[in-house]
Amino acid sequence: MKRVYVNEEWCLGCHLCEYNCAFANSDLDDMTKLKGVKINPRIKIEENNSINFAVSCRHCDDPICVKSCITGALSVNDGVICIDNEKCVGCYTCVLACPFGAVMPTEDGHGVAQKCELCTKNSNKTPACVEGCPNRAIVFEER
Amino acid sequence: MNYVIIGNSAAAIGCVEGIRKVDTEGSITIISNEKYHTYSRPLISYLIYEKTDEERMKYRPDSFYEDNNVCAMLGETVTKIDAEKKTVYLESGKKVPYDKLLNATGSKPFVPPMEGLDSVENKFTFMSLDDAKALNAAINEESRVLIVGAGLIGLKCAEGIQNKVKSITVVDLADRILPSILDNDGSDIMKKHIEEYGVEFILSDSVAKFNNSVAELKSGKTVEYDIVVVAVGVRPNVELIKDAGGEVNRGIKTDERCRTSLEDVYAAGDCSESYDITVNQERILALLPNAYMQGECAGINMAGGDAVYNKAIPMNAIGFFGLHIITAGSYDGEEYVKSTENSYKKLVAKDGVLKGYILIGDIERAGIYTRMIRERISLDDIDFELIKEKPQLMAFSLKSRKKDLGGVSE
Ligand SMILES: Cc1cc2nc3c(=O)[nH]c(=O)nc-3n(C[C@H](O)[C@H](O)[C@H](O)COP(=O)(O)OP(=O)(O)OC[C@H]3O[C@@H](n4cnc5c(N)ncnc54)[C@H](O)[C@@H]3O)c2cc1C
Repeated sequence: MKRVYVNEEWCLGCHLCEYNCAFANSDLDDMTKLKGVKINPRIKIEENNSINFAVSCRHCDDPICVKSCITGALSVNDGVICIDNEKCVGCYTCVLACPFGAVMPTEDGHGVAQKCELCTKNSNKTPACVEGCPNRAIVFEER
Repeated sequence: MNYVIIGNSAAAIGCVEGIRKVDTEGSITIISNEKYHTYSRPLISYLIYEKTDEERMKYRPDSFYEDNNVCAMLGETVTKIDAEKKTVYLESGKKVPYDKLLNATGSKPFVPPMEGLDSVENKFTFMSLDDAKALNAAINEESRVLIVGAGLIGLKCAEGIQNKVKSITVVDLADRILPSILDNDGSDIMKKHIEEYGVEFILSDSVAKFNNSVAELKSGKTVEYDIVVVAVGVRPNVELIKDAGGEVNRGIKTDERCRTSLEDVYAAGDCSESYDITVNQERILALLPNAYMQGECAGINMAGGDAVYNKAIPMNAIGFFGLHIITAGSYDGEEYVKSTENSYKKLVAKDGVLKGYILIGDIERAGIYTRMIRERISLDDIDFELIKEKPQLMAFSLKSRKKDLGGVSE
């Protein structure tokens, strides 16, 4: 299955992936409207001195978040780990369980969790973070 | 192959999904005395305050039994397991034969003897959908509710009913709230927060006598009530296995493949014990993720596959009135504590590994800490100073990150 993979050595730490993610998952018509907005993307850059890399859901083959979900809101559809916002009550057991720290609370006050769903639920066809990466520091491919 | 599962909750569903990973053909029968489609037990408090409803709290979609070719016998109680004849007996008189059996009977509320409790007209426990419906029907804006027990279930109940009742008083013998997951400081933070929502606590005290809408406490204090909820603890449902001659400690004894001492009989979830790697002891870990994973492991093995459940740790994510707690592991060891106005963090290390943690408020990426405990990652292999500050993959080696994020297998 195709997943988002990280080439750490190429990451500039430019945070474009975060903006592209936030935009793809918003209902805004223009990315410039994100200016000044505190975004809460599903992919996040870690940075320290000269090391940068992006972290998003690994879509694990044996996902402990799905097994741990107390409501049944997380499920695997064709390999993609999806979250049903209607079922999620925001207990954050998935945050407790994810070994990569890739599931997070939403910040819109609805008290549910959010995660990368490989842009399967928005109008992008392939992950927006990858499309906008200037340096192939993240790629969408089979490995 | 003919699989029979007693129970229809997290452990049972894990078992079905485990079996179907290995065996798509065999027949599976689920028997449960609750009449409902499988539902999420922890959501009963969210149901009362309407963050969910009966439809959305289903633990699996409506088509689950059909999709997995499961025969669900709901509203049926198992009264006996005959492990020699490989048959279970139901209260209704039916007999159900099995080749492989899973006991996933969960737990029941423990109601200690308390003087005058029998005479309390409106008394409830808080474990099942029926309990929640009954409590919800009994409360109104005038209700003064007395909750006995300041543990997870008692306080979840308090949160659930808070905006629907006049007052809530929680009485507990312990000197702090949520003692099973929090230390003293953590308990204090949560207590203050919950009190802001009008919940009153009376700690280090207990009910001596219920007397006509007045609870007389050991200390001499009195609490007036219209409704009493007893939430002092749960007890595992071990009787079926015990009566069949299976080995039972506090919970049903299982090995790391989730087998009981009876041939072809497995057990999983709140009724059973698992080996907690943070204290090196068999314990009941009455938590949903644990129930699911034990059930799944049992299912895979029942179907002839090969699975072990050998990374069990206590782990809990829970929130009260918007303040979130995530905890895992055990708290005996060297401590690192950091608290700010809105958050509290404690990490506990021992024998060169992280053993446990408590996070209140700022819970982001807690799973990275959980992983360190589950995988017993040596603190020598990571940058502990960095990870103390916040959970991050930066603290791991480049090699480990290549594996995690780059899909490089070695
Ligand atoms: C209010 C509340 C809040 C909770 N919150 C959390 C939380 O936030 N996080 C968390 O991890 N856990 C939480 N839990 C605990 C969680 O619900 C349990 O760990 C989980 O449900 C255990 O699943 P199980 O399959 O082992 O058993 P159970 O869910 O107890 O199900 C067992 C089933 O077997 C049936 N049964 C028993 N005996 C028989 C018999 N003889 N014949 C037929 N059927 C039988 C029972 O009626 C029941 O339906 C909470 C529990 C409660 C009550």
